[in-house]
Amino acid sequence: MVKRKTILVACGTAIATSTVVAKAIEEALEERDLYVNIRQCKASEVPSLVDNADLIVTTTPVSVDKDIPVIQTLAFLTGIGKEDVIEQIVNYIKEE
Amino acid sequence: MEALGDLLVKSAIILNYPARDAEDIVVTLGKRLFDAGYTKESFIQAALEREKTMPTGLPLSCGFNAAIPHTDVEHVCKPGVAFATLTNPVNFQNMVNPEDSVPVSLVFVLALDQPKAQIGMLQEIAGILQSPKVIEDLLIASECGDVIRIIKNKTRKY
Repeated sequence: MVKRKTILVACGTAIATSTVVAKAIEEALEERDLYVNIRQCKASEVPSLVDNADLIVTTTPVSVDKDIPVIQTLAFLTGIGKEDVIEQIVNYIKEE
Repeated sequence: MEALGDLLVKSAIILNYPARDAEDIVVTLGKRLFDAGYTKESFIQAALEREKTMPTGLPLSCGFNAAIPHTDVEHVCKPGVAFATLTNPVNFQNMVNPEDSVPVSLVFVLALDQPKAQIGMLQEIAGILQSPKVIEDLLIASECGDVIRIIKNKTRKY
């Protein structure tokens, strides 16, 4: 049993765009039978939550001093490049 | 779940507004939301401040761009959405890349009162932003009723 990975989804207020992004990621991964923990937060909360995260997806710049992948994207809002971003996320989630 | 069509505040829909700049349209729509009882007086200043540090301009695929100014729940009385189309684009900064300017023609000001509660509405806005046809229809709309009809008829969850 592989431990579920945790994706930290960040935006400015943690109420608007990260809600859309979190839902879209959850649905895209479930379609592929991949299950993760998703946690929404404000960009300013990232430094205090990053220790428990395996991947960060954010719609606004964040500062991260841990060596984990950060995907900065508007794809889930605007649709531009969405498939590519989903593929990137899937690859990170599947990595051991 | 509240749909965007129901959350749009009729008195806060302004079409073909000749905005001077981003601040002008945020203040103008913010005042309409305040006058209609959706936000506290602090909302406008909070949304403007947020725009400076964490902007909300979104470059779209259709050639016209949007912005979705909003701020923390403490400035909101009840959930509502203000909307404007602009005669001439004004520059917002890019959400994901704040040093880049985005010439914006459509503005949705979001008054959200609790985290996650308005997920259906937020997904509808994302759906609109991803649909060039809906964007085009909104930009040529000349009456509030048209906007509500377009949004009620054409938004699809993506």
